[in-house]
Amino acid sequence: MLEVDALHAYYGKSHILQGVSFRVGEREIVSLLGRNGAGRSTTIKTIMGLVQSQGAVRFKGQRIDGIKPHDIARRGLGYVPEDRAIFPDLTVRENLMLGLKSRRHNERRSRWSLEDTFTLFPLLRERADAPGGVLSGGEQQMLTICRTLMGDPDLVMVDEPTEGLAPKLVELVRELLLEIAKRGVAILIVEQKLAIALAIAQRVYVMGHGRIVFEGAPEALRANEAVRKEWLEV
Amino acid sequence: MLEIITFSLLNGVVYGLLLFMVSSGLTLIFSLMGVLNFAHASMFMLGAYFSYQIGTWIGFWPALVIAPLLVGAIGAAVERYGLRHVHKQGHVAEILFTFGLAYLVAESVIMIWGRNPIENRVPAVIDFPAFLLFGTSYPAYKVLMMAISVGMFAFLYLAFRRTRLGLIIRAALTHPEMVGALGHDVPRIFVLVFAIGSALAGLAGVIGGFALLTEPSMAAALGPIVFVVVVVGGLGSITGAFIASMLIGIIQTFAVSLDYSLLDLLRVFHVVVSSDSAFHEVAAVKIAQAAPLIPYLLLVVILIFRPRGLLGRRDA
Repeated sequence: MLEVDALHAYYGKSHILQGVSFRVGEREIVSLLGRNGAGRSTTIKTIMGLVQSQGAVRFKGQRIDGIKPHDIARRGLGYVPEDRAIFPDLTVRENLMLGLKSRRHNERRSRWSLEDTFTLFPLLRERADAPGGVLSGGEQQMLTICRTLMGDPDLVMVDEPTEGLAPKLVELVRELLLEIAKRGVAILIVEQKLAIALAIAQRVYVMGHGRIVFEGAPEALRANEAVRKEWLEV
Repeated sequence: MLEIITFSLLNGVVYGLLLFMVSSGLTLIFSLMGVLNFAHASMFMLGAYFSYQIGTWIGFWPALVIAPLLVGAIGAAVERYGLRHVHKQGHVAEILFTFGLAYLVAESVIMIWGRNPIENRVPAVIDFPAFLLFGTSYPAYKVLMMAISVGMFAFLYLAFRRTRLGLIIRAALTHPEMVGALGHDVPRIFVLVFAIGSALAGLAGVIGGFALLTEPSMAAALGPIVFVVVVVGGLGSITGAFIASMLIGIIQTFAVSLDYSLLDLLRVFHVVVSSDSAFHEVAAVKIAQAAPLIPYLLLVVILIFRPRGLLGRRDA
């Protein structure tokens, strides 16, 4: 579904991505792990067209590198940023409505509706008319994921969804991700923490210094202490 | 006294609304794109000249509609074919670009309409007394200016609050990148906002052109005051721009009608400054004479004590 081939990206003079290659299959949950600064966030920003890059990115068999972010989104690629980017002055409902890509959105053909979000997260229904800026960190995390889902992506890239959340909320995020997968959406999840990634992913990539340094099943990573020590544990 | 206060207040509100019509567009463009558009007041000037020209051909009412639309179209073209390309070079390049554009517009206006003020008189259709107050009549065109400004803002407010496009623009004010990542064409939104902002400035030019003087330096005269409004109100805050517009509009109008000096104030406290004192000359300046200074004084004071402006939330 998503194939990334020898991706290079620069911030000024620093060479952030040094030939990153990986793929995500249909309905697959893939984790991209690594320490801070390894280039994980840059990788998905680059795929989304938010960072200029060299290399090839294919989505559903078509090249998407070099095209505009909104065009990439319209082809069915969803992005949930690390900073959540909740529109603070807009209500929760308005935030969700912005996830729809056009006015002629077909609610029946979409995998996600406003009602789904409100059923999964009754708190968001209660606060539907409150500004997004007043929500707690956990509520904002659910909102930002659900907002992207409203656009009915075929693959959703989630950047650090459990960062700064209490264990109970991490569990909630895990359940939401599994629900997303159940509805046939592929997921690329970027994480620093091993636990959630190993628990739900079918395949894992580890990044270090702008390169992919490990690829394999979660069990293989769990067994490979050398990789964990060198590239993950702090 | 009541008469002076009432008329100054009315005129102050009319002037304040005019300032807001120009500054709201400027602050909207700034919030969305981070561009401090030095050519914004030029759009105001173009509105005045276009409406004069179109007015002489087909009359005032069609000009009232066509001139702002024309200015809006020019604004859209400036963004689409100019700023969008300059944008990649960073903010300094953008500011220089708009700076150059302001001169380009001023020189073009001089080439077409000449250096002298044109006879942009109040159109006969709206040049009659609207009502009598304290035995003095209040002109209809000022009532019209007020009505058009208020009507325009009501329309825009509803459009921003109730339409999907308004929703997308409001979202893009804080996180344009995210709006793009959700599948909305942000560059198109930029063009549109630039067009709306320019058209608003153009409309202000149409109704302000005959109330002020329509001349090639009118953009250079209004520009700095609009910047003061935007900074005092707080960069990026529409509500702040409204408060600052009204504040400056009303204060300046009142100041012009106050024929008192510091000497008069001191006299109330029985302080007499002798006429050979060095201080005498400064203290003798009437408030009315110092009126043009007031916006800039306000700017300096605000920047010292409240650098983000009255309602500003982000740094420049």
